[in-house]
Amino acid sequence: MAINTDKNSYTIIFSVIMVLVVGSLLAFIAQGLKPTIKENERIEIQQNILYAMGVNENEEGSREFIAAEKAEKTFAEYIKKQLVIQNGEVTEDENAYLIDIKKEKNLAKDPSYSRRLPLFVGEKDGKTYYVAPIRGKGLWDAIWGYVALNEDMVVQGVFFDHKGETPGLGANIKERFFMDDFTGEKLFDADNNFVGITAAKGNADPKNDNKDDNEVDAIAGATITGDGVSAMLKSDLRLYVPYFQKLKNN
Amino acid sequence: MGLLSKKDSKLILDPLADNNPITIQVLGICSALAITAQLKASIVMAISVIFVLGIGNVVISLMRNVIPSKIRIIVQLVVVAALVIIVDQILKAYAYTLSKELSVFIGLIITNCIIMGRFEAFALGNGPWRSFLDGIGNALGYGVILIIVGFFRELLGSGTLLGFKVLGDPIEKTGLYAIGYENNGFMLLSPMALIVVGIIIWVQRSKNKALIEEH
Repeated sequence: MAINTDKNSYTIIFSVIMVLVVGSLLAFIAQGLKPTIKENERIEIQQNILYAMGVNENEEGSREFIAAEKAEKTFAEYIKKQLVIQNGEVTEDENAYLIDIKKEKNLAKDPSYSRRLPLFVGEKDGKTYYVAPIRGKGLWDAIWGYVALNEDMVVQGVFFDHKGETPGLGANIKERFFMDDFTGEKLFDADNNFVGITAAKGNADPKNDNKDDNEVDAIAGATITGDGVSAMLKSDLRLYVPYFQKLKNN
Repeated sequence: MGLLSKKDSKLILDPLADNNPITIQVLGICSALAITAQLKASIVMAISVIFVLGIGNVVISLMRNVIPSKIRIIVQLVVVAALVIIVDQILKAYAYTLSKELSVFIGLIITNCIIMGRFEAFALGNGPWRSFLDGIGNALGYGVILIIVGFFRELLGSGTLLGFKVLGDPIEKTGLYAIGYENNGFMLLSPMALIVVGIIIWVQRSKNKALIEEH
């Protein structure tokens, strides 16, 4: 080859061209695919909310997400009202499910900002479900979920997800054997104090028959992720307590 | 193999056994430990690495005469990173469910030292077709070990394979669990992957004495 690839000027020109080519290629691909990805994420939120309140592709046996193609329609069918709670005021907003919880949590670090809390009121088989989004920290990255409650704030179903928990350990929070344990658990203890639900180690109740102990069986090897789940349930659902008290008094 | 010459087929077959990247060259151990707690994750990682290493080797091989030697490692990194990002974006757009399941694994491909190792040791000095075969061969050799380790870790650690409860239900006490069998939680932790890889190395070397190094 005639080119002297050891020369400094060659090295610099090569890197400039490489960066330009690779950079524009990636930017082009990312920009081109962005609308499709955004749409996928929007549908996923609807699927998650429906999953939490027990609307699934397969009613009996395996529980799967509503197929992406019919998520939009099913969401409109089951979710009767989308509420936004801010400063104790409740307003309806049909795009409440698009509220970015992460953004809201960051804004709420400023004490003068009152956080917008979305709440989705759904109806299935004559029963009313209140689905609240939650978000927190796992071991490696963000974890989040949706909790379906009844009027008494008893859990009717949950869906958890995570960004990067350890596969086989922390990542199991989105497996049914963990999520299904939450159904029927109470957020209040016997004295009516808000205590949340703790993923507890060795609570001698692996089948989770005791629904009054505010505990579910933790996942072995996933202590920090489990603690994160307990923490986000406690901190985020507590904010909804005033709304449910009002609901009861009316 | 009628399609490939003897020399070419050696490129594919050697890394599968006698020159395996994990058990003989001891490369790529990090990801082999991290992601083999489940069989499915192992299989997916194997497929992704086959894709990235196959294409990456060809790209590097095509560029081998123009890459400035001083910054060749950086160039290699850029190629892997770009390929991985493209794969990740395309999956997110057209196979969203799958990309959710793979989550961190796609990004982890960048850290796989087998990829950099093959770029450096093979693609920089060989033509595109041979580099392609070498990439596929090494990725397959890596994948085979990953799948063996994933198989044993999921079976002994969780009592499942690809999520199916093959040994019965540990809570309901059916199947093997009825006679007192318990899952070994240790198998889910990374150190046990190292021990499983160690056992594979042991079995392989005791079968083929030529692989044992002289001291």
